[in-house]
Amino acid sequence: MEHFFLHTMVGSIILIVLKVLAVLVPLLIGVAYLTWIERKVLAAIMLRKGPNVVGPFGLLQPFADAVKMIFKETIIPAKANRVLFFIAPILGFSLSMLAWAVIPANDGWAVANLNIGILYLLAISSVSIYATLLAGWGSNSKYALLGAMRAAAQMISYELAMGLVIASVLLLVGSANLNDIVLAQRHVWFFLPMFPMFIIFFISCLAETNRPPFDFAVGESELVAGFFAEYSSMAFGLFFLAEYGNMILMSAIISILFLGGWLPPLDYVPFTWIPGPFWLIIKILICLFCFIWVRSAFPRYRYDQLMRLGWKVFLPFTLAWVVLTAGFMMATGIGIYGGAA
Amino acid sequence: MSSEVLKKELATKTEELNAQVKQNISQVLSGDSHTLNFGPQHPSAHGVLRVVMELEGEVIKRATPHIGLLHRGTEKLLEHKAYHKGLPYFDRLDYASPMSEEHAYVLATEKLLRVDVPDRAKWIRVLFAEITRILNHLLNVTAMGLDCGAMTPALWAYEERERLMEFYEGVSGARFHANYFRHGGVAKDLPAGMEDKIGKWVQHFPKIVDDIEGLLTNNRIWKQRTVGIGVCTTEEALSWGFSGPCLRASGVPWDLRRSQPYDNYNKVEFQVPVARQGDSYDRYLIRIIEMRESAKIIEQCLNKMQPGAIKVENEKISPPKRKDMKHSMEALINHFKLYSGGFHVPAGTTYTAVESPKGEFGVYLVADGGTKPYRCKIRPTGFSHLQALGELSHRHMLADMVAIIGSMDLVFGEVDR
Repeated sequence: MEHFFLHTMVGSIILIVLKVLAVLVPLLIGVAYLTWIERKVLAAIMLRKGPNVVGPFGLLQPFADAVKMIFKETIIPAKANRVLFFIAPILGFSLSMLAWAVIPANDGWAVANLNIGILYLLAISSVSIYATLLAGWGSNSKYALLGAMRAAAQMISYELAMGLVIASVLLLVGSANLNDIVLAQRHVWFFLPMFPMFIIFFISCLAETNRPPFDFAVGESELVAGFFAEYSSMAFGLFFLAEYGNMILMSAIISILFLGGWLPPLDYVPFTWIPGPFWLIIKILICLFCFIWVRSAFPRYRYDQLMRLGWKVFLPFTLAWVVLTAGFMMATGIGIYGGAA
Repeated sequence: MSSEVLKKELATKTEELNAQVKQNISQVLSGDSHTLNFGPQHPSAHGVLRVVMELEGEVIKRATPHIGLLHRGTEKLLEHKAYHKGLPYFDRLDYASPMSEEHAYVLATEKLLRVDVPDRAKWIRVLFAEITRILNHLLNVTAMGLDCGAMTPALWAYEERERLMEFYEGVSGARFHANYFRHGGVAKDLPAGMEDKIGKWVQHFPKIVDDIEGLLTNNRIWKQRTVGIGVCTTEEALSWGFSGPCLRASGVPWDLRRSQPYDNYNKVEFQVPVARQGDSYDRYLIRIIEMRESAKIIEQCLNKMQPGAIKVENEKISPPKRKDMKHSMEALINHFKLYSGGFHVPAGTTYTAVESPKGEFGVYLVADGGTKPYRCKIRPTGFSHLQALGELSHRHMLADMVAIIGSMDLVFGEVDR
């Protein structure tokens, strides 16, 4: 049996498919229920009830939504570029799923344990902007185009800062493998020594996932629905799934880079009873709650204001932090070649 | 001047104009600007506003508001209705502040009728005018927040609006289009227990304003979105014909409740907030402070209100009591005359304005002695605010346009009439 899965062609393909399914199925269910959680949390903050009709506590609401979405008519604007118009949502959705390949749920539990995992994540997240751009361009509508333009301008301004934050983590760890990054936090989670970086990374993640207060590309009240203004039915649904998939992904990355991944908060008995993947899920949920909380509490930025924030505040600050970290490590010799803290 | 000289001058003027138009067109064609149609189905159009914008990227070069999509011919309809039958149209003008609009029409008619309204009716009207002010400001302030992406205040405010609309419902039977004020008083007295309910509500209301302010007033993002956006100087505000919170935000201490008090506004104490910058943030702040002041006025109304008549006793104007109609011939005749024809208003003209939540809402009434107005010109507040939209949004970004529209407090029922 073991021989079949590890040493034959067919067996290894089946194994990979099983691994992928083991990640994707819980993920898609998670995405469905994230929409429910978001609506419930928002409702609680706004003194409403939220979905409570479909199933107990509205728990079947996501499925009702999915059914509705699938049975809607797909409308293609007459002047749209049909190829781009359809590629965009597919690209967006598949990229948000692809990134999960390198996320470790426990020591060594990743579909692909890449030693440049973090670079893979950066690459995927940079490509995913194409989905937005293509959607905006292919729709051939001014509102969609403006949304896509905003998304492009926005992405340049925060991805630099994000990259530098990751660089400072990598400096401490000495490896780009996500597994190693988590293991390096055995003694202290990185959000403590690098608190400002943690905050900047969280804010960048909000921008990365197009979440309020940085949802200019969608910009409900200005651009109607921004880049997906012309989409309907499941094409719209795919963008929606991609957004929530990205939210969970970004929360997972925050947990892995700063909150010690699958590690329990303290290495003592009651905490170690709970298995690693559950700790990761708890941390992801805490991050997601913050995403939703921010949405309910803040107005939207103007997109030039985010660019100012990215270029004039985050970029110099993170750059200085990277230099300081490197200098500190060179001067003291602490943490060089891994094993920090 | 001879006609030939005039003709020549006209010809050169026309040529100049033509050249200018050509230049403008070529500029648009050669430049990077593009035209964007904003509304009338836009989520932030506050009803049916349509703005045609010329943009450079996202910077607004020119914005032209287009109106008339909600034109219902209210003024013409009023000419064909007896005075008391025209009243419900006023609810439907500014549907965010129905009773204030009724107030203007009722006061104008009373001025021509030369009747004096009983004290209790005056207090009730002031009370409900202020409830309406809070109703309107809650909606506007939080809708402006919603336009800038802040969702939660809107929902919190709707909770309070619900309570206020219950007061509306309690006195008039309708939550929205109340039709409660009458020429010569109000339709009915407050139901039993209503004063206590309002009194209790007023006690806790300032806390709600605190909560809403907690999410907006000192929020850095909110300030970045509104401070310095859509600045209107004092001169501009005066020359565009601004009134109400928009005018006071530009530094003019002008409030009709203070400068020419109507009903019992001279018997209550309140502050008139004034700001200096004239930007969207100031307009927002003025409304927040006005809500707190309105709550104080409501409290004073409840304290000073005495039991008594709520309509003028004159049976030519007010309908008789139902129980009188069973045995009094006079009452029956009056009732028949009132409801089949209406009351006669002596010939004359008046311009009567009230400080509606949005600003000066005026009614210019021409009566010819009959039972219907000869002409009823309505001075809407939003109209004069809207005409400044192009100026105020010049060289701002698309997202600021939304904040400016929000801060103007436009309702199209009133603008289009």
